[in-house]
Amino acid sequence: MAKVKTLADLRKMNEDLKNKINLREMGDNPESLVQVKVSMATCGIASGAKEVMDFFIDELDKQNIAAVVTQTGCMGYCYAEPTIEVTLPGQEPVVYGYVNEEKAGTIIERHIKNGEMVDGVIPVNYQTPDKQ
Amino acid sequence: MGKLKSHILVCAGTGCRASQSDKIVTNLKTVLEENGLENEVQVVTTGCFGFCEKGPVVKMVPDNTFYVQVTPEDASEIVLEHLVKGRKVERLLYVDPETQKHVSDSKHMGFYKKQIRIALRNCGFINPENIDEYIARDGYAALGKVVAEMTPEQAIQIVKDSGLRGRGGGGFPTGLKWELTLKSKNEQKYVVCNADEGDPGAFMDRSILEGDPHSVLESMAICGYCIGANTGLIYIRAEYPLAIQRLKIAIEQAREYGLLGSNIFGTNFNFDVEIRYGAGAFVCGEETALIHSMEGMRGEPTVKPPFPAVSGYREKPTNVNNVETFANIPPIILKGSDWFKTIGTEKSKGTKVFALAGKVNNVGLIEVPMGTTLREVIFDIGGGIKDGKKFKAVQTGGPSGGCLTEKHLDTPIDYDNLLASGSMMGSGGMIVMDEDDCMVSMARFYLEFTVEESCGKCAPCRIGNKRLHEMLDKITLGKGTEDDLVKLKNLANVIRDTSLCGLGQTSPNPVLSTMDNFMNEYLAHVRDGKCPAGQCKALMQYRIDQHKCVGCTLCSRVCPVDAISGERKAPHKINHSVCIKCGACMEKCKFGAISLE
Repeated sequence: MAKVKTLADLRKMNEDLKNKINLREMGDNPESLVQVKVSMATCGIASGAKEVMDFFIDELDKQNIAAVVTQTGCMGYCYAEPTIEVTLPGQEPVVYGYVNEEKAGTIIERHIKNGEMVDGVIPVNYQTPDKQ
Repeated sequence: MGKLKSHILVCAGTGCRASQSDKIVTNLKTVLEENGLENEVQVVTTGCFGFCEKGPVVKMVPDNTFYVQVTPEDASEIVLEHLVKGRKVERLLYVDPETQKHVSDSKHMGFYKKQIRIALRNCGFINPENIDEYIARDGYAALGKVVAEMTPEQAIQIVKDSGLRGRGGGGFPTGLKWELTLKSKNEQKYVVCNADEGDPGAFMDRSILEGDPHSVLESMAICGYCIGANTGLIYIRAEYPLAIQRLKIAIEQAREYGLLGSNIFGTNFNFDVEIRYGAGAFVCGEETALIHSMEGMRGEPTVKPPFPAVSGYREKPTNVNNVETFANIPPIILKGSDWFKTIGTEKSKGTKVFALAGKVNNVGLIEVPMGTTLREVIFDIGGGIKDGKKFKAVQTGGPSGGCLTEKHLDTPIDYDNLLASGSMMGSGGMIVMDEDDCMVSMARFYLEFTVEESCGKCAPCRIGNKRLHEMLDKITLGKGTEDDLVKLKNLANVIRDTSLCGLGQTSPNPVLSTMDNFMNEYLAHVRDGKCPAGQCKALMQYRIDQHKCVGCTLCSRVCPVDAISGERKAPHKINHSVCIKCGACMEKCKFGAISLE
């Protein structure tokens, strides 16, 4: 790599390298970012959850949306796989079922960017211990 | 290729490496490849996470899952369960000692809740052997800003305004030290980094050098620019091999990038760093002794003045700062002195790194704002005393410091409060003691250390500490008198007042502070011949409870000196004139009939 000759060189390098550790920076305070959890149990993977997750990661990155995409275990909606859970900062999580790449695109455009609910919401009918 | 989905951060500090964390990395990489995930998941070796109690530590990013006490064999389960199936590996999660629940991520761990990490900002976050990761975290931006856009005076003003004080122990204002060295006119000046960390149980500096070596290099270069020096020297003990190795790598990378060397950032500022090894003498942490050691002479301190700022290494103006002090500089330059001043107390700004050790649940490395109370450190972050025992005292400042007791628990920790309480900040070692620790023995332990480490130059330290140690030894053996206590105190005061350097001046502190706080324990030793904590074996006797003993003969068989006698199925007895108090009988007794009184 070229030597750092000026402060501008360093700043450019810093910009270029930043996204290499972006994942760690964002992981440090997920509450302030858009969080997408993809259900990746056997049934989810079989229905294409992996591709959906890749799509989210690539697309959010392409559009420069700061978001944390993680995988999670089975959410229990096996009939509606792949399922995902979207949490906007300061809001309640929303679960979507039957998410394919096309649906994922709509969710990014309308829910994540504009805060509108999209068809296909699964009402959450359980509580998790940390929310009680 | 898709984008990286996940990073696995594996601690590669000395502690975790000793528990095979390097093997964990190898295994993780192998399993990832077997599952075709090597392009989606990156394994990163980082510096110390601080949670050494439960090492080796593995952190999953971005979901922040924090796995503790991971073994190399766990690698495949982590990959297959966590990454392939998306389920957390429950049994490797940290269990909250209070609620007994699994804590999934570091955000919810009491250990991390009260910490603010400035000096340790990159430890456990970046790969210390990769300069790119440091640059991605705004590394060398402070150096660039100073060199390209500021005069030395302007930069020194920021450091002065920030209120940063030396983290090596003394607490001298860093900016002032720089200014004094700048004002000393000379063509050749030096920047020295004091990495001669010698307090028993302290490893703050080692962890910074292992986890974030570039921050120290960057900061030394900033200092060089400010005071007008072109050479930096790091004085590090040879017994820190991993820190040395990472420093060497960091220096090479910085040179390759042109961040050390000639014409840094296209200006006419030149700066390079060399490493000098120390043999591990405690006194060489004192700056004049350190300088003599680097010059190839005996590591003995000399009288100040002249201060190193006027005449230091090779009689040139030299600025000596501690590792942690340096690690604080880049954030101060980038974020400004006003930001730094918001953290801490009135006269002690910023944070302090402590190495928490002893009888506390969460042994490890922590960084808290100045002004945090001991209670918060020991009970909230440290998770309280081991085995539910009672807190007795905490030794801060190592062999130079003193002990603080229950009545100091709510004192905010800063330089001045600790001094007022009879201890000192020191470099940040914190050793917690419980009800089973004898304070006389503790003082004796530290005196043993100072006697060994005294350089022998001045009589008060060389002879006086030896005498102190003898008296303490006598007391712990039950042969002390009340007269000895008077002598002990007088001599301690004389040593404190008349020694040449900081080592001697502070060496009686453990004696004086334990006498202040635990006089009744000293009195119990000399008056009643008892050790209330039950630690001084010479004052204790093993006894067999005649009602509980069933006469199984096991104790008499394990006794190495045949001190126990008795018929089969009849209660046994110990002959105290023969007993060597090894405790083997008590360990073996299945009926709890033997006790130490």
